[in-house]
Amino acid sequence: MRVADFRAPAVGPTTAEHESRLKRLWETSPGLEGFLGTVDHKQIGIRYIVTAFIFLALGGIEALVMRLQLAGPNLSLLTPEQYDQLFSTHGMTMIFLYASPILSGFSNYLWPLLLGSRDMAFPRLNALSYWIYLASGIFLYVGFLTGNGPNDGWFNYVPYADRDYNPGLNEDFYSLGMVFLGISTTIGAANFIVTAMRTRAPGMALNRMPVLIWGTLTASAANLVVVPAVSLAFFLLWLERQFGAHFFDPAGGGQPLLWQHLFWIFGHPWVYAIVLPAMGMVSHALPVFCRRPLVGYGIVALSTVATMVLGFGVWVHHMFATGLPGLGLSFFSGASIAIVFPSAVAVFAWLATLWLGRPVITTAFLYFSSMILMFVIGGVSGFMTASVPVDWQLTDTYFVVAHIHYVLIGINVFPVLGAVYFWFPKMTGRLMDERLGRWNFWLTFIGFNLAFLPMHLTGLLGMPRRVYTYQDGMGWDSLNMITTIGSFVLALGVLLFIVNVLKSLRGGALAGPNPWDAYSLEWSVSSPPPPYNFAVIPTVASRYPLWEGRLRESGAVSCVDQGMLLESHSKEAIGTSSMDATPDMILEMPEDSTAPFVLTLGTALLFVGLLLKLWSIVIIGTVVLAIATLFWLWPRRELREREVNP
Amino acid sequence: MNGAGLAPSELEMRRAQRDRPVLLAEPGKLPVGPVGRRGLGLWGVGTLIATEAALFAYLLFAYYYTGAVSPRGWLLESHPTLKLALPNTIVLLVSSVFAWYGETGVLRRQRSRALIGFSIALVLGIVFVLVQGFEWYARPFRLSDSSYASLYYITTGFHIAHVIVGVLVLAAILLWTALDYFSPRRQLSVSAGVIYWHFVDLVWLLIFMTYYITPYLGFGR
Repeated sequence: MRVADFRAPAVGPTTAEHESRLKRLWETSPGLEGFLGTVDHKQIGIRYIVTAFIFLALGGIEALVMRLQLAGPNLSLLTPEQYDQLFSTHGMTMIFLYASPILSGFSNYLWPLLLGSRDMAFPRLNALSYWIYLASGIFLYVGFLTGNGPNDGWFNYVPYADRDYNPGLNEDFYSLGMVFLGISTTIGAANFIVTAMRTRAPGMALNRMPVLIWGTLTASAANLVVVPAVSLAFFLLWLERQFGAHFFDPAGGGQPLLWQHLFWIFGHPWVYAIVLPAMGMVSHALPVFCRRPLVGYGIVALSTVATMVLGFGVWVHHMFATGLPGLGLSFFSGASIAIVFPSAVAVFAWLATLWLGRPVITTAFLYFSSMILMFVIGGVSGFMTASVPVDWQLTDTYFVVAHIHYVLIGINVFPVLGAVYFWFPKMTGRLMDERLGRWNFWLTFIGFNLAFLPMHLTGLLGMPRRVYTYQDGMGWDSLNMITTIGSFVLALGVLLFIVNVLKSLRGGALAGPNPWDAYSLEWSVSSPPPPYNFAVIPTVASRYPLWEGRLRESGAVSCVDQGMLLESHSKEAIGTSSMDATPDMILEMPEDSTAPFVLTLGTALLFVGLLLKLWSIVIIGTVVLAIATLFWLWPRRELREREVNP
Repeated sequence: MNGAGLAPSELEMRRAQRDRPVLLAEPGKLPVGPVGRRGLGLWGVGTLIATEAALFAYLLFAYYYTGAVSPRGWLLESHPTLKLALPNTIVLLVSSVFAWYGETGVLRRQRSRALIGFSIALVLGIVFVLVQGFEWYARPFRLSDSSYASLYYITTGFHIAHVIVGVLVLAAILLWTALDYFSPRRQLSVSAGVIYWHFVDLVWLLIFMTYYITPYLGFGR
């Protein structure tokens, strides 16, 4: 059958018949094939979120064991080597396997719904990024569980990471695992960028894009160009360890500082990449509970981008104590201090939104608003260490540990927990229990601050980080005990959260499409949304499509009950122009495919082979990978990638 | 829980909206699927190139950084011979021209022109890999000799790996063209692959400049 190359899409209201046809087209088939082959962004997003929470729990348990070891002086629950592996694995887990993937999970789930689209731009790539994340996470944890976890901290400085000092497989697991995981992060970032630039609903010009999108989009642009730095660094380290290459060891003319440069060129933009999307969550959802639009949308979006741009020029503030020339330090110190400005813009925008709004107190609101407080504390301690002399005093003490936890728990975990309370009804159709939610919130909030606020003092009193125990009489005993108690209270709060999720999943109150009376497009569809998201493609006239009736604005209003039907005999979505989102093509979307899964298996074999230096396995893995890629890229008639011969 | 007191009733909302026009996108004829170079695939290749370009930038950064902070005599060859590298550079550039020539064959519906272009580009790509292999073999140092040697083999090695991928891509495009898959309208795979090939060539120019030309300018000597 010859299908036209050009078509004017039919426009109209939805009908039951239309929806059942769409459902047939878009639904993932049941059974193993559907499980391994689904490209539905909602399923992939939920998988991402669940997997990341499992890693959060694992990392949390590791932290609790460390806190028991540090509860008092001279304890011997752990040997020094066990402690080294625990704190390194804790860092690796929380930073690489939780903090970034959890945000990818939410973005995967939410983006097409927020953008008024039917899926991500590259659905199969989306599946691939999840499978690779899962496989690399398992790879890294196999190392840990076999006693070969990383043992040199998450930033893994040479020369300790070199073979002379670290003869086991620990660093090889970590190096190759990080290169493996980097693939997932990079393709995820590419997918987000193209999705945001090309698949927004008609009318959703760049300045009408939900503020949540700005956070992840900015972070993705950064990830695309900084992840190669760390992947390369780890790959070079592996070559140095296993093949006698010299990049970092001075004996062969290498430069130890090259490791630090490559790592932090990645590492510092990366910390913004794991907080900007979470800040986006707050900017997006806090106004819903304040019952008014975000104050200063434009400058919040701009400051998000500005934070990222400045974020490329601050990496040396991790290296103030390495003896670099003073002029260089001044530049990076100045840049690190200047980054306070765009961050403060976000804080004042949230405060103004709270001030001018009429807040409705819910658990989600508590998480989002308390984040502001912790953001300020973490920001101020960051501002302090941006100053070279202060940093010389504080570097490698518990002050820095307190800072990073305020930043990562305060600006990542708290907004994420709030986001679960906020979007759980959309994902499952049921509300989470509010009473349990309050207990859950206050325990996490009190526990967290109890654990980490005194830790600043521990650091000021000179306790170095990453020591497995300490002598008594240093003035650190009761502070450490308080931190340990706080960490267990925090853990109890997280446990209650898990209980609440499991309980609400079955017995929560039914949510309906828009339980919070929110403004963005995901709330215009049923909870949980149908596989095709939108029966008709909405047309967007403002930033707050579902609030237009009550906002005193002039101009046109959005249309969600009529639009392009996009229903031929295949999955279709609409492609729009990058700036003003005018429709410019009909996208043919791929069916479910197991190619991403097979490709992941091939890649996993490749990495296992490299780790064990079993070249036959490397070759098998490469062949599987190549065949899956060829199959994937083979031009298909149904995707209109090749001519349909008459 | 939805701030019911604050939300205007359905009726009020309708009233407020009544005299505001409804924006509804009703586009005319749109291309279905990728047409010409318009399609998401090209954006995908753009992001791939961005991330790969960053990778090579870090490799070159490692070279310049290590060279700049190392004592004199860091280079193992103060004047690397251009006898093979220069002709090989030209081979790679010419292959880019033939890849482009093949692409125009697809765009003009001249299949033989396309087949000739992709075949020659493919052969030149393979020649480049073979010559690079010989170039490796002919070097007076090995990977583990020094940081310069390690960086040389790793940077050129990353590039050879990319050329091999590019050669496989060209082979696939050649095969698909031979199977008569493409037309001026449906040919995004061709454009995407050829752009990737141009990128691989461009990267070589930077590596060639760094490893073969800057020593003559005095860097790292």
